[in-house]
Order: sequence, then C-alpha cells, then structure tokens
Amino acid sequence: MRALRFLVWKEFLQIVRDKATLAQMLMVPIVQLLVLSNAATFSIQETSVAVVDQDRTTSSVALADRLTGGRQFSVERVTASPNEAERDLVEGRASMILHIPPRFEEELVRDRRAQVQLSLNAEEGAVAGLVGGYAQAIIADFARDRSATIRAGGMEVRPRAWFNATRNYKHYMVPAILVSLITIIGTLVTAQNVARERELGTLEQLNVTPLTKTQFIAGKLIPAWIAGLVIFAVGLAVGKLLFGIPIRGPVWVVMVGAGIYLTVALGIGLFVSTITRTQQQTMFVSFFLLMIYLLMSGMFTPIESMPSWAQMVGAATPVRHFVWVMRAVLVRGAGFETVWPMLAGLGVAGLAVLALAVRLYNKTSG
Amino acid sequence: MTGLADAAVWASALTKRFASTLAVDHVDFRVEPGELFGFIGPDGAGKSTLFRLLVTLYTPDEGEARVLGLDPVKDLWRLRRKIGYMPGRFSLYPDLSVAENLSFYASVFGTTVERQMATIEPIYRQLAPFAGRRASALSGGMKQKLALCCALVHDPEILFLDEPTTGVDAVSRREFWDLLARLREGGLTIVVSTPYMDEASRCDRVALIQHGRILRIDTPDAVCAAYPLPLLGVRGVDRLGMLDAMRMHPHAESVWPFGASLHFTDRRAGADPRQLASELREWLAARNIEVEVTPIDPTIEDAFMLLMSQQERAEVAAP
Repeated sequence: MRALRFLVWKEFLQIVRDKATLAQMLMVPIVQLLVLSNAATFSIQETSVAVVDQDRTTSSVALADRLTGGRQFSVERVTASPNEAERDLVEGRASMILHIPPRFEEELVRDRRAQVQLSLNAEEGAVAGLVGGYAQAIIADFARDRSATIRAGGMEVRPRAWFNATRNYKHYMVPAILVSLITIIGTLVTAQNVARERELGTLEQLNVTPLTKTQFIAGKLIPAWIAGLVIFAVGLAVGKLLFGIPIRGPVWVVMVGAGIYLTVALGIGLFVSTITRTQQQTMFVSFFLLMIYLLMSGMFTPIESMPSWAQMVGAATPVRHFVWVMRAVLVRGAGFETVWPMLAGLGVAGLAVLALAVRLYNKTSG
Repeated sequence: MTGLADAAVWASALTKRFASTLAVDHVDFRVEPGELFGFIGPDGAGKSTLFRLLVTLYTPDEGEARVLGLDPVKDLWRLRRKIGYMPGRFSLYPDLSVAENLSFYASVFGTTVERQMATIEPIYRQLAPFAGRRASALSGGMKQKLALCCALVHDPEILFLDEPTTGVDAVSRREFWDLLARLREGGLTIVVSTPYMDEASRCDRVALIQHGRILRIDTPDAVCAAYPLPLLGVRGVDRLGMLDAMRMHPHAESVWPFGASLHFTDRRAGADPRQLASELREWLAARNIEVEVTPIDPTIEDAFMLLMSQQERAEVAAP
C-alpha cells in the first residue's frame, strides 16, 4: 500500500512538472470546450435561399419575406425561372430553393390550403435536415397566421422543443464535449504515462523490484482517474458559468457517472499502451481509436443517419450512454432513480474493458 | 572449487533465443560470493540479455541459473527483493529530483532512504549537494552515481550493473569503479558488464563474451599472461600504410590499431620478441616505412581480440 501511495505521488509530481502534460491536461480541455461549443453548433445562420416566385402576389412575397426575415435565411435571388434557381443550387450559391407555384395566393384564399416546394442541398445530411426543419417551421408559422395550411415538401410540421425550448444547442453540445474531453484525457494520460516509462527504461527498472504489475497499473490509473474527474468538474463549472448550461438534476449523479465512465477511458488507454512501444505510437493509436469511438457515439452526428451496423456499434459504446446520462440529468433534471440502470450498465462495461486491458497488459513483458 | 550451493551466481547451459538469433548461447559460469565479476565484450555480444536472464526479466529457452541460490524463473519475487539492478540505459525519472528518485525507489522496496543510509552513504555523500536537482540536469557521471544509489537503496545482497560506465567521461568512470571497489570491500557481490577493456583490470575475474558465448573466464592477469604469442607495438606516421603492409607479413597472426600504435602479433610462438621486433622494423624499412617497434605485454584487449578472431575463424571453418 505504501508503495502504491508513492507511485501515485510520483505520478502527480511528474504531471505537475511536465509542462506539456500539464498544458495538455488543463488548457486543452478548456480551450476545446470554449472553441468547440461555439463552433460545433447545430443552429443555422444566413443560409442562402433562392426563391422561385411564379405567383408574384402579396402572399408569395410575404412568404418569402417571412422566410428571410429572421437570421436563419438570406435571399440569394428571387426569380421566376426554376432553372435559374436550380443552377444556384448546383453551383453552390444557394443551399435551398423555395418554390412558390403559380396561383399560390388564389388557392390559399379559396381553399385555405396551398403547396410550396423546398429543394435542399443534402450533401450534408444533418445540415439539410436542420435547414429543412427551420424552413418548414417558418412556413407553418406563416400558414397559421393566414389560418391556412401550407404543405411544404408534402409534410405538415408542428415542431415543439421540450426541455430546451430555445433550442440552444450549447445546452446540447457542451455536455457531449465534456464527455469527449474526459474520454480523451483519461485515455491519453494513461497510455502516455505507461509509454513514457517504457521509453525512459524505468519500466525495466521497476520490473526488477517487488512492485507487482497490478500495483504499477493502479499507480497509473488512479492519477489519471483523479485528473479526469477534476477536469470534468472544472469543465462543468465552465459550462455553467460561461454557457449557462442548465444543471437541473443533482450534480453528484453526473460526478458518479463520470467516475464510473472514466474506467472505460482508462481501460482504452491501458489497452493502447499494451500494443505500442513509444509515446508517438501511443498518440497515433489513441487518436485513431478515439476518433472512431467518439464519432460512432452519436455525440456529434445523429445515430439515426448511420447505417444499421454502425448504429449497433454506436449503441454498444459506453460514451453514448454516458452522454445520455449527462443530458438526462443536466437538461431534463433526471435523478439517480432514473439513470441508475444506465450507470450500472456503464460500470459493468467499464470494468470489463479495464479487466481486459489489465489482462492484456499482464501478458506483455516489460 | 566449492559446490554449486555456495555460488552467488551460477549458470548452466543458459540460452536465450530471439527469433533465429542466439543472444545467449549455452553459457556456463559461476560467481563467488563477494566477488567483483566482469563480463567484457563488444556491443551486441549478449551481455544485456544475459543480465536480464539473471535479474528475472527474461526467461531462458534452455539451461538454468541460480542467483543467491534462487531460481530467477520460479523464485522471482523472493529474488527481486535481494538484487540490485542497474540497466544499461539511464533509467531514472528525469523530471524527479535526486532525493525524489531515491525515496521513490526506496518506497518501492518498502523501505526509506533514512533507514538505508548506512548502505548508500559513501555514494549519497557525493550526491547530497544536488539532492534538490532534477535528475535530467545531472552530469553523466552523477546520473550513474544516482542510478547506483537507487539500485542500492534496498540493501541488496548482489548488484548487477549492465554497462554502468558507457557514455561517461574518463574521470567519472574511474570514480565509479572506485565506488564499486569500496562496495566490494563491504562484502557485496557485484556482477558488472562493460565494453571497455581497460576496466577489466578492476575486476576480480572476467568473462570474455562474444556472439553470446563465453570465450574465457579468468583473472585479468591470467587472461593477459595466457597470451600465447609474441606481441609487438609498432609506432609510425603512416598508420594506414603500416596496417596494410603488416597484414601482408608472412608471420602475421593479427594486426590491430590500438590507440596511437598498432599491435602486431607474430605467429611464431616462443620466439624471442626482441629479435622479432628488429626483424619487423627491417621488413617494413625495406618497404620504405620507417617505424619504431618494441615488444609489449599483452593487455586484456589483446587477449580478447585474439580469442575473438580465433573463434570467428573456427566458426567459419565449422559453422
């Protein structure tokens, strides 16, 4: 036990003294949190629209004005020629075409229903979905004011955002970014520290001491675990103070969740260290694994738009479940009684990953 | 010779393979308690692998070994408490201070620096002025002393030092060997490896090792005395020309550059060295090369070079 205490103490000394590690562990998360949560938003701004107005009435002009009245859309061109608008779309000048057919106003007044067509550049599926959603909402709004129904894209839209009524995507993204950060920190700190000892040759020196591999591993994992939790707490505070993310549920539940979830990250880190020899290799392999792991988790892209095999992989990644816990507690205000089955599942997954990594590690010599 | 049970270290047909390479090839030797025993050989001779076999880091493919009567394979946990090991590379934490490195290694062995001060005092006294300095900021010689101190901090019964003086300046090397001599006087068994032939004379006995095989084990004096052929030191200006010419000499066994001079071994065993010296000078003078030739006493390095070339010839003859 005394040896273990010294191991942990030594690890902290090294972390504090190594400026690169310290920066990596403190500055990088904060900067990433600030940059990413401002950049990685799902809200749209100034999407350019080509309006094909074949009606040319007050109603059609009013609809176009309504669409472009907010900050979400700006008009690239108003034309009567569908071909011209299509060219705008193809050549990238516009991301969406609003096509108002002839006799739009007439139908609107006579039948209280009319049709318009939205054509979207769907190169980026998620963006197209968002743009379409916004446009439909605005069109539906317009229709309501006219006590009429306008069918856009063949679909009637009645959006209503729960829990995040203003649809502030920071509330959605910040928890996810926090999770990705502690995943990266937990994985990298563990993997790097083991790789560094190997590179330094101190691992060889330690291997001829009575120190067991279990003690050595524990000495590596405990500091990384504590560092991860501290960074998580700091990140949560930054999120609250700077971005005003809601913390509706009990904080201790997310902290416990982070503690459990970190075992997964540590396990991955230890696993990486068993298959690499140098710090450089460790960096590459870690990033490779983390990219897959984080992208498949549905944190940044909706799982629903992935192929089914990827959805299955995504569903199996613990990161996804922890993001779910985070959002449930922070945004929805769920308590322990709601999320404990997920936490228990995470705990099992974490222990499994960690146990596997320790087993693999024990098989490697030095 | 006493029984195996009394040996500090013994090995019997100890063998380690890496893929198709025999890093350690059926090695037999024994080290007596209290002895300062040196493994001398060039880089890649298998010294580090042999050490790793003895300090429980590798398991042998064939043969067996005992260190302090314990099997490095089966009794590794008991053995690890009793041995001090200094790997070939400097392997302490560069970002920890001298004192922190020491107390860390002490704690790993469940002891403290204070408790072991009697053991490490002679070395620690030299390190004490730098106790607060990071290990990375130490000079090469100081780093080696710190590493030695760390290897000693748990009061081991035997010390394995793998090339402790590689990359260290001449003065620090001498100081380091002085320290080893003091430790040996204290009764500690020390097994050391080095590529520097001049350090062999500081050992009680040396084993010459090449290609994973031990060529000879003896005291340094006996190794030199057993040099079977007349040896001549040749000094001149055009060393390259001398080397080429002398290798053509009809009685040349070997010619090696050796510091400022060349060492010439004559194949005619038992001949009078002085006679041979003047003969060689005249032979070279006839080829327009003016040199100074004197009979010299063989060093360990001469003995080693001769053994090595003989072994290589034997390997070529019977692969």
